[in-house]
Amino acid sequence: MTDFFSTYVLPGLIILGQSVLFLVVLLVLIAYILLADRKIWAAVQMRRGPNVVGPFGLFQSFADLLKFIIKEPTIPASSDKFVFLLAPLIAVTLALATFAVVPVADGWVIANINIGILYVFAISSLEVYGVIMGGWASNSKYAFLGALRSAAQMVSYEVSIGFVIVTVLLCVGSLNLSDIVVAQENGLGTMLGLPNTFLDWHWLSLFPMFIVFFISALAETNRPPFDLPEAESELVAGFMVEYGSTPYMMFMLGEYAAITLMCCLTTILFLGGWLPPFNFAPFTWVPGIIWFLAKVALVFFMFAMVKAFVPRYRYDQLMRLGWKVFLPLSLAMVVIVAFVLQLTGWGALAT
Amino acid sequence: MLGLQAFFFYIFAFIAVGAAMMVVLARNPVHSVLFLILTFVAAAGLFLLAGAEFLALILIVVYVGAVAILFLFVVMMLDLDFGRMKQGAMKYAPFGLIIGLVLLAELVIAGTGSAYHPALATATAMPTPPLTEMSNIQALGHVLYTRYIFFFQLAGLILFVAMVGAIVLTLRHKQGLKRQSIPAQVARTPATAIEIRKVESGRGI
Repeated sequence: MTDFFSTYVLPGLIILGQSVLFLVVLLVLIAYILLADRKIWAAVQMRRGPNVVGPFGLFQSFADLLKFIIKEPTIPASSDKFVFLLAPLIAVTLALATFAVVPVADGWVIANINIGILYVFAISSLEVYGVIMGGWASNSKYAFLGALRSAAQMVSYEVSIGFVIVTVLLCVGSLNLSDIVVAQENGLGTMLGLPNTFLDWHWLSLFPMFIVFFISALAETNRPPFDLPEAESELVAGFMVEYGSTPYMMFMLGEYAAITLMCCLTTILFLGGWLPPFNFAPFTWVPGIIWFLAKVALVFFMFAMVKAFVPRYRYDQLMRLGWKVFLPLSLAMVVIVAFVLQLTGWGALAT
Repeated sequence: MLGLQAFFFYIFAFIAVGAAMMVVLARNPVHSVLFLILTFVAAAGLFLLAGAEFLALILIVVYVGAVAILFLFVVMMLDLDFGRMKQGAMKYAPFGLIIGLVLLAELVIAGTGSAYHPALATATAMPTPPLTEMSNIQALGHVLYTRYIFFFQLAGLILFVAMVGAIVLTLRHKQGLKRQSIPAQVARTPATAIEIRKVESGRGI
C-alpha cells in the first residue's frame, strides 16, 4: 500500500498542485493581458480605456468575469444544445492544455516531454473545433459563415507555422521546448564575435521566419488584422453571435489563452525563452521567469499594437498571403536552412 | 501493462469502441463526424500508451486537425437526410460483417503468426532500436529516409499527382472576370496611374 502511495498518489498530487498553481497564475496573467490589450488599444486611439474599477481600472477583467458569470445564459431554441455548450468548453480546455509543456524558466515546466513542440502544434490544430462546433450548433447563418472563415484561415496558416517550426527544429535538433531554448545560448552572435548576447537567439539567424511566424500567429489566433471570423461589420460577431454570459466568456478566455500561448511560443522559438539578453552580471541575477514574462509581454505588446493600427484584411487577400506568399517562402527557407546546415556542419544533427 | 497504464488503456479503448459505434448509430450526420473525431483522438491516446508518441501526434495533426475538419464541413454543408439514407441499410449488414471478419483475421494472423512458423516473426517489420537508445522520431527518420526512401518519395509523388488532379478538375478560367493582379497594382506609379488636368471653372473636362 505504501508502494502504491509513493508511486502514484504522491507524484499525482504534486503534479496536480503544480498544475493548479500554474493555471491560477496563467489565468490571472490572461486577465491582465486582456486589460493591457484594451488599454493599449485605447492609448493608440487617444482614449483612456477601462479606468473605473480599481486603481487605473486594474480590476476591470475581474469585474467582467463576475458580470459574465451571474448573467443568465441564453441558448437559441433551434440550436443543437449539447454541441452548443460543448464548443466553448472545447475551446477553453484545449487552449489551456497546451500550456502543460511550456517551459517558463530553466526546469519550470509541468511536463518536460521530448515532443513538446509537436504536442503544442497538435493541440493548437484542434482549437478550430471550438469555433466550428460553435458556429454550426448556433443554427445561424452569421455564426456559420464565421465558422467557415475561421476554419479555412486556421488550417491555412497552420501550414506555414508548421514549416517555421521545422526550420527551428533543423537548427536545434530536438523537439523538446527546453532544448530549443538552451540551444539559443550559442548562435549567430557567437559566430559574429559577440557571444552571450541576444544576437545568439534565433530571431536574427532566422529573421524571415520570425516575421512569418509572428504574422501567422496573428492569423492563427484570429487577431486583427485577420479577425475575419468575427468581423463585426459583416458578421455581427461571427461564430460567437449567439453566445452570451459564461459560454461567451469561455470563448474569450480560450482566445486570449491561445494568444498568450502564441506569445510564449514566439518567445521560446525566436527570443531565447528565459535566457537573459546579456549573459553576464547584472543581467544573470534576474531570475529566468522574469525575462520570460518580459519577453512575452513584449511580443504581446506587438500583438496589441498591430490590432490598434492595422486595418482589417479582405478575405481573399488573407488566403493569398497564406498560400501564395508564406507557404513558398517558408518552404524555401526549410530547404535553404537544411542545405546550409548540411554544408557547413553547424546543425546539431549534422552526421 | 500495469496499474495506471492499464487503467488508461481501458478508458481509451472503451471511448474508441463506443465512439465508433456511435458513428454508425447517431441520427445526425454531424454528430457522426464528431464521434469519428473522438474515435481518432482515442486512437491517438492508444498510440501514446504503446510508446508511439510521434504517430499519436501526427494522427491528431493530420487526421483530426485537417482531414476531419474538411469532412465535417462537407457534411455540414450537404444537409444530408440520414433517415432516408439508412433505409435498407440492414441489407448490407452481411457484407459489413464479412469485411469486419477479414480485417479481424488479418490482425490475428499478423499478431500470432509467429506461433505457427518461426520465420514469420522476423518477416513482419524491421526492428527499430529500443526507446532507451533512440527516440521515436529519430528511429522513424532513420528508417524512412534510408531504407524506405524510394517508397517514401513514391508516396509523396502519388499525393502530389492527386493534388494536381484535384486542382485541374475544379479550376475554371471564366471569361470576362476581373481579377486582382497584386504585382500590377504594386508596380503602378503616379505617372501611369493619374493624369493631372487643369480644369477651368464653369467647364467640364
